[in-house]
Amino acid sequence: MKVEQISIFLENKSGRLAEVATVLAEAGINIRALSLADTTDFGILRLIVNDTEKAKQVLKEKGFTVGKTEVIGVEVADKPGGLAEILNVMKANSINVEYMYAFVQKSAGNAVIIFRFDELEKAIDALQKAGIRIMKGEEIYSI
Amino acid sequence: MIWNEEFETLPREALEALQLKRLKNLVERVYTAVPYYRNKMDQAGVKPTDIRSLADLRKLPFTTKEDLRLNYPFGLFAVPFDKVVRIHASSGTTGKPTVVGYTKNDIDAWAELMARTLSAGGAHAGDVVHNAYGYGLFTGGLGAHYGAERLGAAVIPISGGNSKRQIMLMQDFGSTVLLCTPSYALNLADVMKEMNVDPKSLKLRVGLFGAEPWSENMRQEIEARLNIKAIDIFGLSEVMGPGVASECIEEKHGLHVFEDYFIPEIINPETFEPVPHGELGELVFTTLTKEAFPVIRYRTKDLSRLITEPCSCGRTFHRMQRITGRTDDMLIIRGVNVFPSQIEHVLMSIEGVEPHYQIMVDRQASLDIMEVQVEVSEDIFSDEIKVLEKLGKRIEREIKDLLGVSCKVKLVEPKTIQRSEGKAKRVIDNRKL
Repeated sequence: MKVEQISIFLENKSGRLAEVATVLAEAGINIRALSLADTTDFGILRLIVNDTEKAKQVLKEKGFTVGKTEVIGVEVADKPGGLAEILNVMKANSINVEYMYAFVQKSAGNAVIIFRFDELEKAIDALQKAGIRIMKGEEIYSI
Repeated sequence: MIWNEEFETLPREALEALQLKRLKNLVERVYTAVPYYRNKMDQAGVKPTDIRSLADLRKLPFTTKEDLRLNYPFGLFAVPFDKVVRIHASSGTTGKPTVVGYTKNDIDAWAELMARTLSAGGAHAGDVVHNAYGYGLFTGGLGAHYGAERLGAAVIPISGGNSKRQIMLMQDFGSTVLLCTPSYALNLADVMKEMNVDPKSLKLRVGLFGAEPWSENMRQEIEARLNIKAIDIFGLSEVMGPGVASECIEEKHGLHVFEDYFIPEIINPETFEPVPHGELGELVFTTLTKEAFPVIRYRTKDLSRLITEPCSCGRTFHRMQRITGRTDDMLIIRGVNVFPSQIEHVLMSIEGVEPHYQIMVDRQASLDIMEVQVEVSEDIFSDEIKVLEKLGKRIEREIKDLLGVSCKVKLVEPKTIQRSEGKAKRVIDNRKL
């Protein structure tokens, strides 16, 4: 049910993002989804990759601060109201979205949204009860 | 003008006789009243009766900030506590401040010495003294305040900050004398420019600046931009506060040490031996009259040299050259003493924070800016921005709480702060004085 996401601390200086991408490329790691959150001084790059452990290891070897977090991926119909449906479930259950990012799947015509909730288990339960499909980790790693 | 003609122009012989009399009395008092000093003197094998000439001062052990720390808060006070009428404090090297106390006589002497300082700088009765030194535990504000009152001036106890309001009051109250740190004086000049206030339209005539190191270049800049004469004054809370030494407006070359109250020495900070006449070394002070918190041979860690040639102003007191640096890593940020060890102390008290940090100091718009760079370890890293921002703010707040000076915390990637072989380079000071 859960998806492993890695996050990387980046100072706001030129070339750092390119360096992360290069390290992952050299290790043959594929990026499935990503989001970059930034402040004036630093940024946090969040990635879902096809091999979380290996990505974490190679990045740490290169001196990056890397964290691992559990998030969930939800399949959403790529049509008006798709996102609202999910968020209303969260609202009804008083679950907060810490952050989210979306990507549109190539083939099935659905969108995938990655969510970080304050209460992960409760969120999974609420989504399932509402009949919303939560994607398995493997499905997302291999998109 | 010389405030106290009798003492400030004493012939050297008479001055030295007075110093010796006071020194003997000091050593006797301290030996009797302060067990810590007594033990140190016993260990050094020196008794009060061994002090027969001023040269015998050298037999006495030094006092350091470490001694003050070990006796926190009142262990070195030499009078019963009910004789203490005032407590001040300045930065210690870790979490605890350095505490000093004053009796009624000490406060009285301090006012006399600050009146002498103001007078040497060209202030007089009837002046309007704009006192922008910080009021509070810091000795600057209240020390200068009492001296200005003693002088017969009208004091505006405005303390630091809120520059626009300061300038408005300078205009409205007709301030003639400015007291603040030299960098704050430049900041006021900047703000005047922003406000379209012409310094020539003000009544300001002279400024007495201290509490942080500055240079001849800064003096020229302050004098030109504020249209005043700028005077360097010196003091430190461990010795008394402002009023230990001051330039005279006649020469503006070296600060006369009020030698009837303090004996200055210059030592080699490594061998602890006196340096040859006129050479640079560490400034050491012995207080001759202080009752509550006397110090014997207090090592200031400030670098200076003594000028013994007579001065045209008529004062017979020797002069110390303006402070040219420090023997330790102490920083002075907006007049506040900051030790890197204090910053480290704050960082270490926060769980998960590693002591990999660097302090960057710069001067922007004439104000000191301190940035503390802290490496983000895995223990404190989070995938959520708000968690990291909260951490940064928490460190900023705790540093501000401990030091009383604000800073900006910047989180940086691990291993970006230089690791050196021996001692880490903790401070990068980009200020040009």
